[in-house]
Amino acid sequence: MSAVLPPGTLAPDFTLPVTPDQKLSLQELRGHPVILAFYPADWSPVCGDQMALYNEILPEFQKFGAELIGVSVDGVWCHRAFAEARHLHFPLLSDFEPKGGMARSYGAYRSGDGISERALFVIDKDGVIAWSYLSPIAVNPGADGILEALEGLAKPEKIHG
Amino acid sequence: MANLRPPVTPEDQIQGPEDAPVTLVEYGDYECPHCGRAYSIIKRVQKHFGKSLRFVFRNFPLGELHPHAESAAETAEFAGARGKFWEMHDLLFENQERLGEALYWNLAERLNLPIEELRQALEEDTYKTRIRGDFSSGVRSGVNGTPTFFINGKRHDGPFDYEALVLAIQEQIGRHGNAAVA
Repeated sequence: MSAVLPPGTLAPDFTLPVTPDQKLSLQELRGHPVILAFYPADWSPVCGDQMALYNEILPEFQKFGAELIGVSVDGVWCHRAFAEARHLHFPLLSDFEPKGGMARSYGAYRSGDGISERALFVIDKDGVIAWSYLSPIAVNPGADGILEALEGLAKPEKIHG
Repeated sequence: MANLRPPVTPEDQIQGPEDAPVTLVEYGDYECPHCGRAYSIIKRVQKHFGKSLRFVFRNFPLGELHPHAESAAETAEFAGARGKFWEMHDLLFENQERLGEALYWNLAERLNLPIEELRQALEEDTYKTRIRGDFSSGVRSGVNGTPTFFINGKRHDGPFDYEALVLAIQEQIGRHGNAAVA
């Protein structure tokens, strides 16, 4: 298992394609909490796989103003077909060239297998990792940890505001 | 992570005795084929353990994937409010390929439930809040797909075939027994 970047680390920037003609970078998302969900591959053969599940939970993430981003080494066309089939309402980053480059920078790449780990990161509005979690590759981690981390981010702001 | 919250309350849809040593909670979706498979497995598991097992069903409709999941859940809860939750729950799973209004009216008739009131409840989203509540509790508890099972409050991460569930439940009964002796 990899050692994923721990809380308190500045989240490595990335600029990767989200569609065949669009790129997304972490810089553009400053000012909002960001949820990065690394997963091994599109098309896992179960109902309510991790991405489909997060898609259903999206409104709960949005209550915190958070942006959810899925990341795998699949290509943009693969992501497009997958997102259409599952009616996903959030972007999927294609960590395809150099393969797994972003996953490596977060400590979430499985070199032997050539895929990313099932790893979760919640990044605060200033780009610092607030929470990270590495799940056993066969276990879909659910969303409870993400929501707790987002709550943790929201609390201090309430005190100041 | 992955602990059931809130715990089972009398508001839940419950089968089996309150003092059973093991409580099995399923978060399920009536349109999910894996839940359809789990349905008959659970029946066998319940038969095997009898009064030692309490079973609870909470709704986790994946509406983006399954267009009828939510209306089916509402139909079951409608029946539940009239004391016939489990009858409707069973019939919905047994007719999983035909979910939709025609089936709901048909099943309501079979269970002597007022069709017109069911139609109204679906139109007015009467049971939606309850179902969203189940869904949110599932998210909080670490539900990671459908079906997700919790055995005595802890998420069951392994496979959910008959043998695996029996083994996992047996383990809990063993623990409970020891605790009672001590």
